[in-house]
Amino acid sequence: MQATKAVDVDALAALVPDGASMTVQKGDERDVPMALAHALIRRRVRGLRLITLPTAAYPASGMMVDLLIGAGCVASVETSGISLHELGAAPRFTQAVKSGRLIVRDATCPAVYAALQAGAKGQPFAPLRGLIGSDLLRHRDDYRVIANPFAPGDPIVVVPAINADVAIFHAAKADAEGNVWIGRDRDRLLAAHAADLVLVTVDERVNGCFFDDEAMAAGVIPADLIGALAVVPGGGVPCLADGRVDLAAVRRYQRAATDEEGFAAWLRERVLRGEPVAA
Amino acid sequence: MDSGAQVRPEELQASAIADLLAGARRVAVGMLSPVPGAGALLAAHLSGGQTQVTILGSRAHSRFTNGGAELFDRAGRGGIDAFFLSGGQIDGRANINLVGTGDYPRTEVRWSGSFGSAYLYFIVPRVVLFRWEHSRRTLVEAVDFISAPGVSEPGVHRPGGPVALITNLCLFDFDRANARFRLRSVHPGHTLEEVRDQTGFDFDAPSAVPATPLPNAERLAALRGPVARQIADIYPAFAERVFGLVATPQ
Repeated sequence: MQATKAVDVDALAALVPDGASMTVQKGDERDVPMALAHALIRRRVRGLRLITLPTAAYPASGMMVDLLIGAGCVASVETSGISLHELGAAPRFTQAVKSGRLIVRDATCPAVYAALQAGAKGQPFAPLRGLIGSDLLRHRDDYRVIANPFAPGDPIVVVPAINADVAIFHAAKADAEGNVWIGRDRDRLLAAHAADLVLVTVDERVNGCFFDDEAMAAGVIPADLIGALAVVPGGGVPCLADGRVDLAAVRRYQRAATDEEGFAAWLRERVLRGEPVAA
Repeated sequence: MDSGAQVRPEELQASAIADLLAGARRVAVGMLSPVPGAGALLAAHLSGGQTQVTILGSRAHSRFTNGGAELFDRAGRGGIDAFFLSGGQIDGRANINLVGTGDYPRTEVRWSGSFGSAYLYFIVPRVVLFRWEHSRRTLVEAVDFISAPGVSEPGVHRPGGPVALITNLCLFDFDRANARFRLRSVHPGHTLEEVRDQTGFDFDAPSAVPATPLPNAERLAALRGPVARQIADIYPAFAERVFGLVATPQ
């Protein structure tokens, strides 16, 4: 097969149109494409309709989503949770909700997964237990309650499929063909199946083909699902190469982003200059 | 030796949580739940291999291979016996609010979001609620937003729900049939009067309220040793604060 040609991260960002619906991963793996988020902010993308799969509530994912919101790139976010994990609230998200600038479509994690699975299968919707009697359901005009067609007297919620315009994520490595290795984290594979365009950053490109090794092949997204690929060493910062998160860096961000001025300074000094992402 | 003065509140709470998990085979711990995580790991330690713990976001404490959906899929098949939920507000009917205060969607205070609550609360048989600020602003008569309801109307599929609420002051049981909390014990150093003063909802209480048991020496040793090391894998800041463990070089 023809190998995927890698582009640079700004070329990747140029593929995301204003107003696109875009999925981001939850951030417990090294899946947060921070360098790409910086490139999106530099290209001044506007009106993104973010969907977190199903949350952005780990330090790195929360920080990335908070940056995109604070930088004015996001019109709405569908999420089951946004925070900086044990460090506390995501400051720009919180502020944007309070000011009414951001539309939040509150969800619950399994509803996002059910919708994404439906999207990945090309089905229009998925049924899901729970939710009945919650204000989540009351405020989601796209969630419905139907009668279970197979058992009388059993109301059940249905949620519409998620098929985002774009999925973005980071991964450790791609092979020569452009197959992307994700290990046991199936979430990125599911996101790739459900989205129309998949944009990936990887730390490195390695020789050979992951499919030659059965153990590796089990954790691979095939190259033909990847729309475009950029090799960005450290592109997943503040997730470190060994899987840990640089909490000190996230704390520095959290302190800076507490007010508008501090956040603007952070953008100026660490994002808009276009230098490699660094903690 | 009276070890009471040396027991940290988090250790007492984790020990009480371990008791609530007795007999559970599969326990899952969700987001932002370091004390429940420690309690679950203690329960696993004490169970001699009976209790398995899965901590979301942890590599070492997850044997899941099918992505984030696996917890919900397994729970849907009855495969998760116990889980933990909290809320910025919790009311007397065990409704929980993880979204914010005031009029949704322009909430005055915005919290992170509902996570898996609106599903797992319905499905998991033994849901333990926790809230480490026991006050009239957190334990309210009626929540401002129902992320997940404590009880459901007849006819709604609801095999699961809340069994208990543990706070920094006390431990309540939840009576699902009557949708009411009943005080089980008050933590050492606190009183029933204080609990009444600080609780925004009405609850039942026995005529004599026992004290929540302190963790014994075996439990303390487990908490401060293997449990602390394990919880540092996913909650490094918590492990450092409570157990003095520095696990993440910065």
